[in-house]
Amino acid sequence: MKRTAIVGVGQTDHNGNRFDVTGVELIQEAVSRALQDAELTLDDIDGVVIGNMDHFEGINGVELWSISGNGGILKPTIKLTTGGTTGSTLAIGGYHLTASGLFNKLLVIGWEKNSESDTTGAITTAFDPVWDRLVFAGAISGLAVEASAYMKKFGVTEKDAARAVVRDRKHAVKNPHAHLRREVTLDEVLRAPLLSDPIKALDICPRTDGACAIIFANEDYAEKICPKPAWVLGATNRHPYAYLGDVEWYPLKSLDLAAKELYAKLGIKEPLKEINLMELYTPYSFANLSWIEALGLAKPGEGAKLIWDGATDAGGSLPINLSGGVLSTNPIGATGLIRAAECAHQIMGRAGERQAEGVKKALSTGFGGCFWSDILIYGSEKPS
Amino acid sequence: MVQKNRLKRSDFIFIESGEAFQPFQYSVGMEGSRFFTEIRDHKKFLGLKCPLCRKVYVPPRKICGPCFKTMDEWVEVGPMGTLSAFTILRFPFIDPETGEKKPVPYGYAFILLDGASTQFQHFLKVDPDWPPAIGIRVKPVFAENRQGKLSDIRHFEAA
Repeated sequence: MKRTAIVGVGQTDHNGNRFDVTGVELIQEAVSRALQDAELTLDDIDGVVIGNMDHFEGINGVELWSISGNGGILKPTIKLTTGGTTGSTLAIGGYHLTASGLFNKLLVIGWEKNSESDTTGAITTAFDPVWDRLVFAGAISGLAVEASAYMKKFGVTEKDAARAVVRDRKHAVKNPHAHLRREVTLDEVLRAPLLSDPIKALDICPRTDGACAIIFANEDYAEKICPKPAWVLGATNRHPYAYLGDVEWYPLKSLDLAAKELYAKLGIKEPLKEINLMELYTPYSFANLSWIEALGLAKPGEGAKLIWDGATDAGGSLPINLSGGVLSTNPIGATGLIRAAECAHQIMGRAGERQAEGVKKALSTGFGGCFWSDILIYGSEKPS
Repeated sequence: MVQKNRLKRSDFIFIESGEAFQPFQYSVGMEGSRFFTEIRDHKKFLGLKCPLCRKVYVPPRKICGPCFKTMDEWVEVGPMGTLSAFTILRFPFIDPETGEKKPVPYGYAFILLDGASTQFQHFLKVDPDWPPAIGIRVKPVFAENRQGKLSDIRHFEAA
């Protein structure tokens, strides 16, 4: 196995409606920016992996349809798609393929044009047609139910969750790629229209048009391409459930198990102290409280305390979602990959105004499907 | 340079996909067929018990995923249950199964039927005089004209 790193990333100017481009052109915008970031040309790339959630656009052969924009002409090109986790699974796939040594320099692309269909309707088609779809109402409904159980178990409040929205939206102001770049107040979050109890309009992620591209290179090439590559230290995922009714509401079991495996593998005992930055696929406010408990950052029911203390704010001891997170930008098939791109740019020192100091270890997650989780950890030092 | 956050819809052409739809016919297997037959004919809920971990699965399925064992021990569960989590859907959206707007607001409930290990999802009747709460007892209300599908149960309501 070869050590492997992220050596270049590119993101589009994410927005609710990118009417000015087709999906193919949106993809090309991210790809050319990634090549520019790595100072490479398409000739340097050995292969392409692309993914999205195909039912949002209703185009099934995305790897073929987008060939003129994805850079894959006359190269090995494959599609990888796993629902909400597509973007993070793409990152894991890029890691696996370059670490195997079969590909030296691989281009990985996640994208979505959510403006092209009804997001809730499309998400519902990812679930079982016989047992899940009658009452299920897309991401918001399942997450609202999770929040109801979490609030009941620990007495967590809507105001606690609102504090996490305030954090993410404040961070987004400094990210030129973010979709929603306006700060919000606690009061605004609490007074937003109720969508699905207890989720209000500002508690949930937007639907976004956007693409993200990442170039992975293994140890034979990484340092020649990038002065400070973001090494992938490890990655894993868990898919514990079949139908929605099988879910155990607390903790988020998939993330809990995936994090435990990866921490043990990397010898991480106190993630709160040993990891410098996190980019989490937290698609709604309460996830920023309960899922950091699954990540071992706080005891059960005490995630809110960490948020209120400011530990996870920019300048705090463990900043989370300096990009503005999923609550500010959510082109679904790209969302998990953007988390990886943000961690990589922070390690490379290329995060511009949102740059954190001395990032040695960063962690990103992906979320989707039937409460599934992906997780990756990156480092500034080449693994031994 | 285009101001990408100030795009006007009227400046661009869009092509609609039209009224096309593609109907599907899904197999529910032997286990699903037996479950729906019992609901239709006897208003009874059946689950399947894993020979190894002893979990009772509702809806029933042939394989216990974690143990990877075939299940064939049928167990009657419910019809009473306990509300384990819920929400009330209030935003309008399109049902991809029918193309129609969903009848919001509606209660979306996860119910632990008595004797089951997994939760059963269904509609929850929201009664303003009796707001739902996690832990309350609930009972199913069946449709008059049952056809062997999930909507043979109209909803659950406070018992």
